[in-house]
Amino acid sequence: MEARETVDAVYRAESRRVLATLIRLLGDFDRAEEAMHDAFIAAVEHWPREGVPDNPRAWLVSTGRFKAIDAMRRRARFDAALGELATQIEAATNDASAWDDQAVEDDRLRLIFTCCHPALTPDAQVALTLREVCGLTTEEIARAFLTSPSTVAQRIVRAKTKIRDARIPYQVPERADIPARLDTVLHVVYLVFNEGYSASAGESLTRHDLSGEAIRLGRLLADLLAEAEVIGLLALMLLHESRRAARTKESGELVLLDEQDRTRWNREQIVEGCALVERALTGRRFGPYTLQAAIAAVHAEARTAADTDWAQIVGLYDVLVRADPSPVVELNRAAAIAMRDGPAAGLAIVDAILGRGELESYHLAHSARADLCRRLGRMADARASYERALALAKQEPERHFLEKRLRELPPS
Amino acid sequence: MKYLCLIYDDEKKWETMSKAEADAYMGEYFQFTENIKTSGHYLGGNALKPVQTATTIRSRNGKLSTTDGPFAETKEQLGGYYLIEARDLNDALQVAQKIPSVRTGSIEVRPIQEFN
Repeated sequence: MEARETVDAVYRAESRRVLATLIRLLGDFDRAEEAMHDAFIAAVEHWPREGVPDNPRAWLVSTGRFKAIDAMRRRARFDAALGELATQIEAATNDASAWDDQAVEDDRLRLIFTCCHPALTPDAQVALTLREVCGLTTEEIARAFLTSPSTVAQRIVRAKTKIRDARIPYQVPERADIPARLDTVLHVVYLVFNEGYSASAGESLTRHDLSGEAIRLGRLLADLLAEAEVIGLLALMLLHESRRAARTKESGELVLLDEQDRTRWNREQIVEGCALVERALTGRRFGPYTLQAAIAAVHAEARTAADTDWAQIVGLYDVLVRADPSPVVELNRAAAIAMRDGPAAGLAIVDAILGRGELESYHLAHSARADLCRRLGRMADARASYERALALAKQEPERHFLEKRLRELPPS
Repeated sequence: MKYLCLIYDDEKKWETMSKAEADAYMGEYFQFTENIKTSGHYLGGNALKPVQTATTIRSRNGKLSTTDGPFAETKEQLGGYYLIEARDLNDALQVAQKIPSVRTGSIEVRPIQEFN
């Protein structure tokens, strides 16, 4: 391989690790990014002449650190404090064991927890994670979230400013704080996944990548931190992703789970997802992500929709409602009960939830109600609820689906 | 680094408290203050008199206006503060989450701007 190609390959494989370590050594995101770019420029110059070093990552970290300290010294002519800081950084990070393999892996986790610090807004957490941990450009992030690059850039700048000015530390939380802090991290990963997963057909290409990115993040986290919920979330994403090809028609129209062509489900992802669910369930600290993954696994293991083990799914929802009480979970449980005990039993629960007013503006609650009414032959009620759902739905594929259901409804 | 922990809470809740409840609540505050003195976080702190004692002044075009009450009427009012020394934001948040009012009101944690 040409040295230039080697640099490119090392960049793809190692740049995030190099950056994560440089942020720790240099104590600043922007300084670390500049140092990393300088290090790769140096690699392009040196590696063709001198050969690729034995440990390219360590070479890059060491070179980046040196370049950053050097740059700070040069700028110290205008800002004396920088010179002092350079001397401090040099003394504190003198030992190459500061960037050995274990330290580097810890840095990746530090970076994730810092980007997903709860003191940052969720938007900023997502943008910063995709930029710094995944290495996406601001343009790529903007495209995926249907916003402008300047908005994304601004979010990232603000987040970095807060990290610096409020002194958000670059560290993995202490053991006792991990469950709470991990919630925020997993939420960011799942948010990224869902942005990619619930995308409509037109932009599915770029947004599909987002789901892939979330799964990569999930794998990284599972490698670094073997917590049950980390494994559970990875399983959940894989099991959802396994249905991607079957869940929309070529026209972009949604296909419901019970109508999907199950031969188009991705077996490899299902096998991996189911194995991960079992692993997560053996851990004591499993929670909502693992339970949702377990439900997805029961669906995945049913050869046909009619073979679905609804009793087991209802049982899992019973646990989930206690672990993570929310009206949306109750709604899904009602749908499972309708499958196990018949539509009337499900409708009674859906009506009770809607009666509390909590899901009044949630289109899926109304379309679930409509569906149950339809199955009970209450066509006028079904029509009213489909219409209510349609008035609330925003995504095009969902609107098409509801319009189709309305058209197909027999006159009442 | 220094952080200011601003304590916001609904002042009216004092009216609904019995004397025993109010004493217990104050006791929690005294205990908290003692604890952060021992841990070395404490730099200062005070409770404020109710918001109806507040006076707001502003000067525009050389003309001073003085008005009764706080800058903005809100459901929760600034009722006190602690100035603390903390290693970083995580350390500051660890301290702030033990301020008794965190359970009923909210605590805003702001880093102090140093000018050198």
